[in-house]
Amino acid sequence: MTFGQAILEALESLNGNKMRSGLTVLGIVIGVAAVIAMLAVGNGAQATITGSISDIGTNLLFVFSGGMEGGPRGGPGGGRSGNNDRPLTLGDAEAIADPFAAPSVELVAPVIQGNGALTFSGENTTTSISGITPAYFTVRNMQVAEGEVINEEHILGRMSVVVLGPETAVNLFGHADGIVGETIRIEGQPFRVIGVLVEKGGGAFGSEDNAAYVPFTTAQARLIKRGALDEVDVIFVQAISAEAVPLAVEEISNVIRARHRTPIGYDDFTVFTQQDFLSTFETITGVLTIFLGGIAGISLLVGGIGIMNIMLVSVTERTREIGLRKALGARKRDILLQFLTESSLLSLIGGIIGIMFGWFIAFVVGQVAAATGNDFVPVVGVDAILLSTGFSAVIGLFFGIYPASRAANLEPVEALRYE
Amino acid sequence: MDRVIEARGLTKTYKMGEIEVHALRGVSFEIERGEVLSIMGPSGSGKSTMMNTLGCLDRPTSGEYILDGESVAEMTDDQLASVRNRKVGFVFQSFNLLSRLTALGNVELPLRYAGIAEGRREKARAALEAVGLQDRMTHRPYELSGGQQQRVAVARALVNNPAIIMADEPTGNLDSKVGREIMNLLLNLNKELGTTLIIVTHDPNIAAQTQRVIRLRDGELDPENNETIVRKK
Ligand SMILES: Nc1ncnc2c1ncn2[C@@H]1O[C@H](COP(=O)(O)OP(=O)(O)OP(=O)(O)O)[C@@H](O)[C@H]1O
Ligand SMILES: [Mg+2]
Repeated sequence: MTFGQAILEALESLNGNKMRSGLTVLGIVIGVAAVIAMLAVGNGAQATITGSISDIGTNLLFVFSGGMEGGPRGGPGGGRSGNNDRPLTLGDAEAIADPFAAPSVELVAPVIQGNGALTFSGENTTTSISGITPAYFTVRNMQVAEGEVINEEHILGRMSVVVLGPETAVNLFGHADGIVGETIRIEGQPFRVIGVLVEKGGGAFGSEDNAAYVPFTTAQARLIKRGALDEVDVIFVQAISAEAVPLAVEEISNVIRARHRTPIGYDDFTVFTQQDFLSTFETITGVLTIFLGGIAGISLLVGGIGIMNIMLVSVTERTREIGLRKALGARKRDILLQFLTESSLLSLIGGIIGIMFGWFIAFVVGQVAAATGNDFVPVVGVDAILLSTGFSAVIGLFFGIYPASRAANLEPVEALRYE
Repeated sequence: MDRVIEARGLTKTYKMGEIEVHALRGVSFEIERGEVLSIMGPSGSGKSTMMNTLGCLDRPTSGEYILDGESVAEMTDDQLASVRNRKVGFVFQSFNLLSRLTALGNVELPLRYAGIAEGRREKARAALEAVGLQDRMTHRPYELSGGQQQRVAVARALVNNPAIIMADEPTGNLDSKVGREIMNLLLNLNKELGTTLIIVTHDPNIAAQTQRVIRLRDGELDPENNETIVRKK
């Protein structure tokens, strides 16, 4: 028998028991659809997160206080780090900005951060408040939709001015335009709105559209109290180019090590690059994707067991048929091929429908995400399609082999006598 | 003469746990090409067992068996399948047609396993015409009478042009009139194509139409009837 005939015959026989074939196929459909949809969601999450991290700029670095290793609190090295760690200060930021000490550094933007209540004529909202320097907007690549950004004069004068994110502006005023010049209260103190930022959308650090930016000196003096004078929470650094980032990390580390007099091999600060964020999040979303795919894979496996079950029933039911075919000259491999073709066809059909169905689910998830304002697009990858088609074909073969070989090894006389 | 079957000391023993059932206890005989032969004997005497052995559906426990020049005893399963396909056509008491397939599809089956693709349809058609079913080709078994079903089975048995057609109680499920028709059909095949016919039967009327009768009793050739009754036709 040729392969084409085998397929035709298998189709005929599957068609002969539509209900049963359909239910068996359904098991595979659900499995494959789940794999496709889950992988699509996982890949979509990864693409969204890594995309938003990429948006923050390839030549951006972050300096936090606190070491990476040794466990900050409670760990074995906790005692030492707890006592001797020095916070980052404005002085550190200025030292990093020194072009002779750190030639790979272009711009430095120290920030202190806190949360606060904003009010405007009865409306109030709580948002993050950042005390910043003019360099911040350049480093973070932020533009104002209207008004101006914080400048050197505001810093020197410790002026009570604020730049609002668009979402915060809407929360307070109901709209984001025409509010420059209004006076709002932050923690009860009056601040004049001098600018509203362009909308950016969600990012890796939460929405940056819901934020208020005030001059560093003003925040330090009036809004965000810190233990030590001049203490900053994070220093944003822009390297002169993306290629210079590793060099900049080295230079910044050396400068701060010297200023903090840290022991050899122990840093009380951490320099993070965009690449570090990327790889961290890629690991997390990668694990997430594998986890989701694995769960979906289990349902595919269950579908495969369904195929095996049905094929075993089918072999038993058709014992006489097998005996007859053997009497007419069918060899072992003819019978094997016949039943393997049936089980493979079941899983292949299930696989194809499952791919379309999974694609549809991913599409719906994307539509729901878009409707709820999330910038999230599930990605149905070629790899997922190949994986699940291959996997379902293998499952059809694997779970078909046992029933098929049982059929092929039946003794013709015994099979013909079977009632 | 040309011998199509040579059996020497065929035995078949079934083991059922402790008990051994001797279905055949050393049977020897020859059959000439073109002969029409019936096998008779009481129930349980080993007729079907012998038929299965002669038809290469099963191997003898011991003994020598040469079918159309090929020694069968040491063949592998697949070689046996090939011998069945090329040299033997079976007709069963219970027709054994595949209900999913049309008459034509059923008749085509042996050709499929022979690997014949070209002219398959035509050969199957010719076989069905030979048994007088030219206007029932696309009917399925459940749309045919018992006699018609058995005709399809006969067409299926002859389509590969085998050396022997073996029929195990081919008329057992049919009334006597239809049984005679099937019998005439088989005898005609023998006349026109020279196909050797072996028919297992309980019916003396059918045995009377064959040239030779082999009688079995308890797995042996019946000694009282002195091996065989030979009738000239
Ligand atoms: N698969 C088997 N396992 C065990 N014993 C068997 C098997 N097949 C046949 N036998 C035994 O072998 C003997 C011969 O059986 P066989 O079927 O050949 O008889 P038969 O002559 O065809 O009878 P009937 O006229 O009723 O069809 C019987 O005693 C039967 O019980
Ligand atoms: Mg019998």
